[in-house]
Amino acid sequence: MKFSSSRTRQIALAYLFLLPAFVIIGLFQVYPMIQAFLFSFTDFSPLNPETSFIGLANFVELVQDPAFWLALKNTLLYLIVVPVIIVLSISLSLLVEPKIPFINFFRAGYYVPVVTMMVVVALVWKEIFNTDYGVLNYVLKKLGAIEEGIPWLTREHIALFTIMTVTIWKGLGYYMVMFIVGLRAISPDMLEAALIDGASRWQTLLHVKIPALWPTITLVSILSSISALQVFEEIFIMTSGQIGTATLVYEIYKKGFSMAYGGGMEMGYACAMGVVLFALVFGFSFFTVRTMGQYHTTGEN
Amino acid sequence: MQSGDKTLANLALAGKYAVLLLLLAVFIGPFLWMVSIALRGSGSIYTFRLIPENPTLQNFADTWRIFGFAQAFFNSTIVAFAVVFLNVFLCSLTAYPLARLKFPGSEIIFFLILSTMMIPFQLYMIPLFLTCTKMGLYDSLIGVILPGSVAAFGIFLIKQHYHTIPKDLEEAARIDGAGEFAIWWRIMFPLTKPAVAALAIFIFVANWSNFIWPLIILDSQEKYTLPLAVAKLSGAFIDKTQYIAAGATIAVAPVIILFFFLQRFFIGGLTLGAVKG
Repeated sequence: MKFSSSRTRQIALAYLFLLPAFVIIGLFQVYPMIQAFLFSFTDFSPLNPETSFIGLANFVELVQDPAFWLALKNTLLYLIVVPVIIVLSISLSLLVEPKIPFINFFRAGYYVPVVTMMVVVALVWKEIFNTDYGVLNYVLKKLGAIEEGIPWLTREHIALFTIMTVTIWKGLGYYMVMFIVGLRAISPDMLEAALIDGASRWQTLLHVKIPALWPTITLVSILSSISALQVFEEIFIMTSGQIGTATLVYEIYKKGFSMAYGGGMEMGYACAMGVVLFALVFGFSFFTVRTMGQYHTTGEN
Repeated sequence: MQSGDKTLANLALAGKYAVLLLLLAVFIGPFLWMVSIALRGSGSIYTFRLIPENPTLQNFADTWRIFGFAQAFFNSTIVAFAVVFLNVFLCSLTAYPLARLKFPGSEIIFFLILSTMMIPFQLYMIPLFLTCTKMGLYDSLIGVILPGSVAAFGIFLIKQHYHTIPKDLEEAARIDGAGEFAIWWRIMFPLTKPAVAALAIFIFVANWSNFIWPLIILDSQEKYTLPLAVAKLSGAFIDKTQYIAAGATIAVAPVIILFFFLQRFFIGGLTLGAVKG
């Protein structure tokens, strides 16, 4: 009898510990998540006097909305950053992994963009990429590489790629450190065996290091594709979503909140776009784990 | 032959440092350029010198006093410290029973907490905005702080850390008649300091830099955090580049300085980021 009452007390106590987090997560995460899915089937807007359930009408409207297709295209196009990030951050980690004098200083330097806020990073690069007054075009002109300034951020089909370079530049240090951790975990015996077998550096990289790094590569693919699909701040600061650079999150923000550039507080519609974003993020993570995880196991056999 | 090899090795090493320095310029250069623009006097905006001709701190003073950066700096400090404090306290509190107390539903609860990390914030920011508005949190710093006050990955991290602590300590305390709350606060919490420090730094940087949520939930300029203040300045003074650069420098200086002193914890916090994604 005493046992069971102390057991009840312990359960009650455990839930008491959990209570504050329950309230906060429930109120500020779970409840809005459920609402987001519900809203996507309504025409909810703070400007509407009443809200009605409209079934799949938002999604039908999405399919017919050229702005949505452009945003979806740009969001998927943005995934180009993933392989670029993987190749560059592995190269960077191979360069700074060996312990040579001052190497910590260089590593720390490469990490600075990671800890710097994107708003500032985007503004600084916007200045550098300025067609007429930017330092990049100035240097290129001085070197004689170009005669007229390149419209980095002011011409369609160029602007989105320019912004991608900023995303890549800011993230490299972060992924570099993950690969350094991965490289450190490779057993020295394996590297030594490769050396004894007379493997060249390139062969060692291809047949020993890359396979050993595969779990890290998978993780980096997932993390960088999730953040690529959610890109927003760079776009907001550097082009305000103009010049054909709007992405899904930018459209969600514009349709949901902004009154500028044709946005109009259409929150139900914006939530429908949010559902598409969620499906993309979930789908890509699942796809990456499936395909890359698979390769890893067959690679080991 | 021997010395020839050595020369070759030295040459290779010199080449390597040249590459390292070039890369350093690529990663740090834009920030130096930003500071350089911020130091320029009004007469020399469109010159391309890294060291300005007549450097002045006037832009910093103007941005700080006239364009509200003193207020924004204060707001950012309040927000970042409050979110860090709440996360450290609440994540530890929540992780303790999940790691140490046996009760029905503990595994399902942990799974549910983790699965909230799979949902992108941008999916539910609109309903979250409405909830906060209904609670009267629109255009208030509390509205910026509260929704981020318990990070699921923080709970995960601290829970993993609790598992590494031997149970003898708490058993001894329990036999001495200490309550569970005392055991958590006096024994377990102090033992997780390294994980807590990494979590604190990660949360600090993330919230110091957070943009989209303050952008949505704040309205009046005196409530702005630094990222909003910088963005606003860039919208208002397209031609006053040196003000934007000064504001941007003020906004990032604390984190960069902190980074150079606490590098170890920043990199330690990296694994948190991996979990968070």
